[in-house]
Amino acid sequence: MGEIIQVLISGILVGGIYALISMGLNLILGVVRIINFAHGEFLMLAMYLSFFLYSVWGLDPYVSALLVVLILFVFGLFIQRIIIQPILNTSATVKIFVTLGLSIALQNFALMLWRADFRSVHTAYQTAVINVGTVAVSIPRLIAFIVAIIVALGMYLFLNKTLVGKAIRAVAMEKRAAALMGINVKRIYLLAFAIGSAIVGLAGALLIPIYYVFPTVGTLFVLISFVVVVLGGMGSMLGAFLGGIIIGLVEAIAGVVIAPGLKEAVYFIIFILVLLFRPSGLFSLGKGSEEVGLK
Amino acid sequence: MLKCESMNLFYGEVQALWDVNLEVKEGEIVALLGANAAGKSTTINAISGLEKLSSGKILFEGTEIQKKDPHEIVEMGIVQVPEGRKLFSYMTIEENLELGAYSKRARANFKQNLETVFELFPILKERRKQLAGSMSGGQQQMCAVARGLMGNPKFLMIDELSLGLAPLVVKQLFEVLTQISKRGITILLVEQNVKQSLAIANSAFVLKNGRLALSGKASEVANDPTLHQAYLGK
Ligand SMILES: Nc1ncnc2c1ncn2[C@@H]1O[C@H](COP(=O)(O)OP(=O)(O)OP(=O)(O)O)[C@@H](O)[C@H]1O
Ligand SMILES: [Mg+2]
Repeated sequence: MGEIIQVLISGILVGGIYALISMGLNLILGVVRIINFAHGEFLMLAMYLSFFLYSVWGLDPYVSALLVVLILFVFGLFIQRIIIQPILNTSATVKIFVTLGLSIALQNFALMLWRADFRSVHTAYQTAVINVGTVAVSIPRLIAFIVAIIVALGMYLFLNKTLVGKAIRAVAMEKRAAALMGINVKRIYLLAFAIGSAIVGLAGALLIPIYYVFPTVGTLFVLISFVVVVLGGMGSMLGAFLGGIIIGLVEAIAGVVIAPGLKEAVYFIIFILVLLFRPSGLFSLGKGSEEVGLK
Repeated sequence: MLKCESMNLFYGEVQALWDVNLEVKEGEIVALLGANAAGKSTTINAISGLEKLSSGKILFEGTEIQKKDPHEIVEMGIVQVPEGRKLFSYMTIEENLELGAYSKRARANFKQNLETVFELFPILKERRKQLAGSMSGGQQQMCAVARGLMGNPKFLMIDELSLGLAPLVVKQLFEVLTQISKRGITILLVEQNVKQSLAIANSAFVLKNGRLALSGKASEVANDPTLHQAYLGK
């Protein structure tokens, strides 16, 4: 019994990280309407950043998180302005090749600068746990999970209660009508892309105390977040959050019940089943998959 | 107020507007008529900056606007109520109206405009917490017009006000147009409903296959045989 609870709890906690990564990806997808195949490399860059801030300046990852988030925000602005904006009116194929190309370029850039070594930070708390009965809860994972919830709530409030947030949702729903309201659509794209990048930056900072960083670490996580986005509904923040938790759980359970090596197979079965039977995702409002915002 | 000089516009290889001239004087209601695919929506989308001209000029109060972005054009006081309403359907009526007032020029007059809009359409006040997508077609069109008015326009363009609506609702909306006009807002009305539009318009322009076929005072246009030809196609 204790073992099962242990597995479920680790699954939910890891799901928090998946949720964060997926919320960033899904915001960009829902608003800018582009699948950023380099999203995983944004995560990788954030992890390296966090790693070097720790190993060079001795900054604790939780302390440097704010800086990492800020840098990723600016990086997102830059990528959107320089790379994404010029291709927005091109075909889907061009968009896929451009972001895929960016992904490969960033991976090789990392490989060249930092080689293929696995690196990790060693903090005093990295193996710290809270014991609840027979269940041990890892503190860094718990922190990641709590932060994911805070970010999800914060995004909900931002998208639903502020005028800028509503403008972001308006652009996601009816781009041309939004422009007719006086909303600067290009600026909203910049903002959405930057926020999406900042969120994945935060995920990187929270991940470095519990995981290794290496040049292709992003591919691992971005695959999961594609599954999450399809499961939760494209463009839906709530879907990305709950989808992340569900995939975390599924992964943990599959690891025990089936075999750890087969967990990817389980994701892709889910991926295909959702696409076959509910292509708009579990939490979309049905019509299309247009909604951005926790509703 | 608005002057369009020999507008040409292409969608890819296909030319949609051919040397179209248009003039709207301050305080008027102007009807823009024509059969399906004549280029009416294209014309007002060009004025709104959603589509770009390949040549020609659009002057608003003497300023060239044909190269400006849509949001800059809204800031000048040109607002469009688009064809098919294009409401933010997962948002409430209130939120739609709030977004209608997104521009800087509109935000300053938010309260006053909201009062006006609720006066013109009391039903919207009653249902302001309801999702826009869940309302009837007539109410959605009211919401779309109201959202446009929240933009604090000097010049309001409405695309297919009456499309798909019951006659009674259409009558109500046309009455509101007259009231809006009395408040000093200049109106360009794109319509398939020729009779009703010419009845309230001062002047009219008729497009046919992307070219201006006829223009003049509403009463003259109403009796011109070219009008009927324009609707019968070639
Ligand atoms: N986005 C677009 N891409 C390509 N062609 C377009 C586009 N929009 C309109 N067209 C074409 O331009 C022409 C004019 O269309 P437009 O929508 O301006 O006509 P309209 O007079 O508004 O017609 P309706 O009464 O059907 O709304 C049509 O032949 C249409 O097919
Ligand atoms: Mg039209």
